[in-house]
Amino acid sequence: MKKTLLSLAIASVALGAPVSAELVYPSLSYRTGPFAVGGIPFADGYADYFTLINERDGGIGGEMAKVLECETAYNTEKGVECYEATKDSGALLYQPLSTGITYQLIPKAEADGIPILSSGYGRTSAKNGKVFRHTFNFPVNYWDGASIGINHFKEQAGGSLEGKKVTLLHFNGAYGKEPIRTLQELSKMEGFEFNTIPIDYPGQEQKSQWLQIRRERPDYILFWGWGVMNQVAVQEASNIRFPMENFMGIWWSGAEQDVLPAGDGANGYKSLQFQGVGSDYPLYDDMKKYVVDAGKAAGDGSNVGSVIYNRGLYAAFLAHQITLDAQELNGTSSVTPAMMRDAMEQFTLTAADYEAAGLGGFGPDIKVSCENHGGLGTAAITQWDASAQKWSLITDYMPSNYDLINKLVMEDSMQYAAENNITPNCD
Amino acid sequence: MFYREAGDFKTSYQDDNQTFPIKFDRYRYYFVLFVAFAIIPFIINDYWANAVFLPFLIYAIAAIGLNILTGYCGQVSLGTGGFMAVGGYAIYKFMTAFPDVNVFFHVILAGLVTAFVGVLFGLPSLRIKGFYLAVATLAAQFFLVWLFNRVPWFYNYSASGQITAPERTVFSNPVTGANSEPWMVYLFCLVFLVMLTLVARNLTRGALGRSWMAIRDMDIAAEIIGVNPLKAKLTAFAVSSFYVGVAGALYFSVYLGAAETEAFGITKSFNILFMIIIGGLGSIFGSFAGAAFLVLLPVVLKNVLVAWLGWPTDLAAHLEFLIVGGLIITFLILEPHGLAQLWRVTKEKLRLWPFPY
Repeated sequence: MKKTLLSLAIASVALGAPVSAELVYPSLSYRTGPFAVGGIPFADGYADYFTLINERDGGIGGEMAKVLECETAYNTEKGVECYEATKDSGALLYQPLSTGITYQLIPKAEADGIPILSSGYGRTSAKNGKVFRHTFNFPVNYWDGASIGINHFKEQAGGSLEGKKVTLLHFNGAYGKEPIRTLQELSKMEGFEFNTIPIDYPGQEQKSQWLQIRRERPDYILFWGWGVMNQVAVQEASNIRFPMENFMGIWWSGAEQDVLPAGDGANGYKSLQFQGVGSDYPLYDDMKKYVVDAGKAAGDGSNVGSVIYNRGLYAAFLAHQITLDAQELNGTSSVTPAMMRDAMEQFTLTAADYEAAGLGGFGPDIKVSCENHGGLGTAAITQWDASAQKWSLITDYMPSNYDLINKLVMEDSMQYAAENNITPNCD
Repeated sequence: MFYREAGDFKTSYQDDNQTFPIKFDRYRYYFVLFVAFAIIPFIINDYWANAVFLPFLIYAIAAIGLNILTGYCGQVSLGTGGFMAVGGYAIYKFMTAFPDVNVFFHVILAGLVTAFVGVLFGLPSLRIKGFYLAVATLAAQFFLVWLFNRVPWFYNYSASGQITAPERTVFSNPVTGANSEPWMVYLFCLVFLVMLTLVARNLTRGALGRSWMAIRDMDIAAEIIGVNPLKAKLTAFAVSSFYVGVAGALYFSVYLGAAETEAFGITKSFNILFMIIIGGLGSIFGSFAGAAFLVLLPVVLKNVLVAWLGWPTDLAAHLEFLIVGGLIITFLILEPHGLAQLWRVTKEKLRLWPFPY
């Protein structure tokens, strides 16, 4: 333990000094536990992207990037320990990949002045940047996802969901409960009948849930699952011959490993996405050359190009772009968390930027402001082709019901502000 | 030589009944208190507070609570996680409903609510024993966690079912919320631990503790000599749940700051049960030793394997399971009475040192 104390002491001294040699990105990963099936590819993608940047470009603006990995096993206590262990090492940005841990870190990060970027998870109402000054959740959040999913079903039903039944099958925790309020509002607006069926942690056993679904015969199912519960749900849906094109998962429930076990039965299953699928992008050629073939890939290197790997890579890509912006804005290569935050608040990403990075069409456009930390809130829908064993995008990036989401975000964030004595402001 | 009764004359009944009859023990106890209150607060930082001291202090309170029930009264409980959840959700409701009351009293109130719930779930213990009681408390665990997840009133109808502790101060220093200083949260938990330990130690030495131990050793014999099993068992459940509730309240409000029911799952119950088994059943010191062992060991292993040796985090995490599990089995084989027994044996040897016969 002596070394820890010593290194902590050195780290705190180093923090005081203006020159830090490395850009540190903590990766609170989970390569163990019931959600490791998603945690491993994400952590691999995140680490590989920074390895690529270091190998190919010699770091970001001349500074080497360092990924500080810390194992949380999706456990909130370990998440806190990891945050405390890494924050003094010059951490620039936290992307914790767990809604529970994000909830825990939001107040801590606000106090410590280190930004959090929870892309597609975490607290939805963090979209209101006037209340959550250091928390960002662009490009899209759960409420956008729920709204986009309903819009898609509406289109599929021929323009109206009047009298239809929609079921939300969800993980019985913070993550799975997030979309309920939005869906309740939407059910009033669109006139569909809405009910929820929770699945308890970790969800290998879902017989009773699917029995309920057989009894109630919903027309459409939205699914908020993660880890092993995804595979089980897709398998059960195929067992009861539920029409797969009416069954849609959120972006955390639509990877290869979720549908492969169900074989042909999973054909047609849909999932929302906010980044590209497959490895058909120029950047992956560099990835192969500099990282995979050089033997520097994280983990066992088998995940390159899988859905969740791509999302980890996308998270690292965003961190990279933000850092470049921060370096440009401040005219220095060694940025601080405060500079990162300011750069995030004026962050924009267009199709040309994706093209320039070798990721043409990989993700949606992003535009962030103080009032809107959540970006434009667009997502696309992918569908699984079981015979080709491939996900493919079947729509463009589509917007959500902005007015409704904004109203709900304001309600929830203002309640948080009142409970915690925060005066919403932009400076 | 230093560790002996000889020469330390007790001249009053009070002296004769003190907790640490040996002078060396007494000074060691004062020394530990001095270090805990007067030195650690000045050198503690965020990492040490959140990774080591807070979990240790809070789990020590929970372990003492469970030890009262299981170690002293012999009633096996697997519902500790559920009772901690009662403490956590109770303090959340109190904190948000009565923001003007000092959080110190909220913790006590949360403990009282948990004591009441504990007594309710302790009622079956009058009829069932052993494994059957363990299953009944297991039901409490699942029921309570399900209840807090199911009924939105408990989490104030928040969108995600998460509860978040608002900022509350003691002597105008925040102890909950993100702006709290590490020394303040440390002292806050330490004060609770010291107070509760003193109470527990004296309860277990008094008439009530003796009746618990009588029930534990043989309930029929205890009844024959006049111990009321209803009173003994229910007081054990009440006191134990009070401790566990206080631990749950501190765990949620001071340590985590935000929580959902998952944080109070069945693994929590087993974790605390392991603490008292490794530490030693029926021993206050054992509760401390067990909590320290299970809190510190993973942190030490993680720092050694990942920070020093630079091993991959997943390999380190898997090895951690292996090592902790292996050590638990080794301990149980070599010393079934736990770390407290090791300490007892050491003390016996120290008494004779340097001239053992």
